[in-house]
Amino acid sequence: MASIEKMTLNMGPQHPSTHGVLRLVLELDGEIIEKITPHIGYLHRGVEKLSEHRTYHQTIPLTDRLDYLAPMSNNLGYVLAVEKLLGVEVPERAETIRVIMAELTRIKSHLVWLACHALDIGAMTVFLYCFREREEVMDIYEMISGARMTSNYFRVGGLSQDLPEGFEKKVRDFIDAFDANVDTYEGLLTKNTIWLQRTVGNGVISAEDAIDAGITGPALRGSGVDWDLRRDNPYSGYEKYNFQVPVGEKCDTFDRYKVRLVEMRESAKIVRQALDSLKPGPILADLPQVCYPPKEAVYNTIEGLIHHFKIASEGFPVPEGEVYQGIEAPKGELGYYVVSDGGNHPYRMRIRPPSFVNLSAIEKMSKGSMVADLVAVIGTLDIVLGEIDR
Amino acid sequence: MAENHRAVVKLKEKYASSVLDVREFRGEVTVTVKKEDIVEICRFLKEDAAYNLLTDVTAVDYLGQEPRFMMVYNMYSIPNKDRLRVKAPVAEADACIESVCGVWSTANWLERETYDLFGIRFNNHPDLRRILMTDDWVGHPLRKDYPLQGPDREPYKGRLT
Repeated sequence: MASIEKMTLNMGPQHPSTHGVLRLVLELDGEIIEKITPHIGYLHRGVEKLSEHRTYHQTIPLTDRLDYLAPMSNNLGYVLAVEKLLGVEVPERAETIRVIMAELTRIKSHLVWLACHALDIGAMTVFLYCFREREEVMDIYEMISGARMTSNYFRVGGLSQDLPEGFEKKVRDFIDAFDANVDTYEGLLTKNTIWLQRTVGNGVISAEDAIDAGITGPALRGSGVDWDLRRDNPYSGYEKYNFQVPVGEKCDTFDRYKVRLVEMRESAKIVRQALDSLKPGPILADLPQVCYPPKEAVYNTIEGLIHHFKIASEGFPVPEGEVYQGIEAPKGELGYYVVSDGGNHPYRMRIRPPSFVNLSAIEKMSKGSMVADLVAVIGTLDIVLGEIDR
Repeated sequence: MAENHRAVVKLKEKYASSVLDVREFRGEVTVTVKKEDIVEICRFLKEDAAYNLLTDVTAVDYLGQEPRFMMVYNMYSIPNKDRLRVKAPVAEADACIESVCGVWSTANWLERETYDLFGIRFNNHPDLRRILMTDDWVGHPLRKDYPLQGPDREPYKGRLT
């Protein structure tokens, strides 16, 4: 009789399928997973601590680097939280541009998710196609903010600058071609036998368990919970747009895949509606004590220069109080809890990252399955270590 | 309006002696309760007020004030689409509070993080270990008396301080 021995297997932190520096210690009975102990924190940069020592504007570039696949969503959550503390109304044009960028960001983030998820399971072509389209969104990013990833485009009270010439055409071209691109991905995967065998019935988590584990976003909708912050607690003018919230049924990896694909198509619809409703107007709130002056004023007038210098060096005071602002980021609910003591930098800034909480459910989702299926679960959770470790 | 909040009314009825403060700011309702009753109140909020999603657990360090720490629980009700924030003061001398892992399993990692970065202990937590910092780390970085540039270094003397 052969002796039966449990094996402990170390996966990561440098492992292509762990999407960054995630380390999992697996306890295995043959190839069946009995226990998973995740180790995180390799990318901890102390963003929350740093922001206590910076002005409110200086924290925006730090937020880019949380979920680096969806920088503008992070910016959006943060500026909305500070605006809520201040009690500021943002002009309509700025809100609309924010929605356009947030939805393009969702498309961009979902494309990376699909690319890596498919690559992990063995579909190389999808990876290349998705990155081709993602590159176009990066070009749009570069066009408006000068950076492909760390955009730092939103400001408290509005935006850093207005849209450049040719923006609308570029976005429309991308959106018009996008539905056909999603059809291509679906054509490669949705009825693909290998894809179905790897995803159907994998990583099942019931709606009740998912809520108990705090899972949010597409992963929760894949378990059949019809909840989307954009629709249910609208922010930044989302109530003006018409879109569907896709919901899964079987609570497995395949349903989460379907949900995210529909979400990409819906995001494209929102972008189109937002472009149609885009009207000329100011892009910053009329609040000289908070918002940066226009660049022409800074370069050409002494008052403008002083004004810019004051805000850049001293920041602005924010009334004492505390707010929590949650937004529907591509990966789930991204929340900012900001406490102000009345000074020019946050007394405490807490970031509630969706990936962190979603990852904590990994053991529940893959206990009893094979090691190879764990790779599919990591992919379907759509985690980014930059925001888990902060 | 905070007084009429659906959960606050019930809480005040049932746990009158435990509710220390009810506040509203920018449309958000915050209830401060005694830390001894935190688990019971959380369970009540989850079961009788449908706050089924625990969005976040964290703490704030009010160095120089007594009690020094404030535990913060942000919760959301998916059926009712509204939020509630529950806070509980924790003194430095007795920096511990009951874990709410038994109410929402989300609390597991969130409480570990709070323990790691603030040094607040959670009684009856199933797996209270550091999570972001290494196991042998000394100190709790998000405390206000923990220097920004780390221990054994000159404190930060940037433009703002």
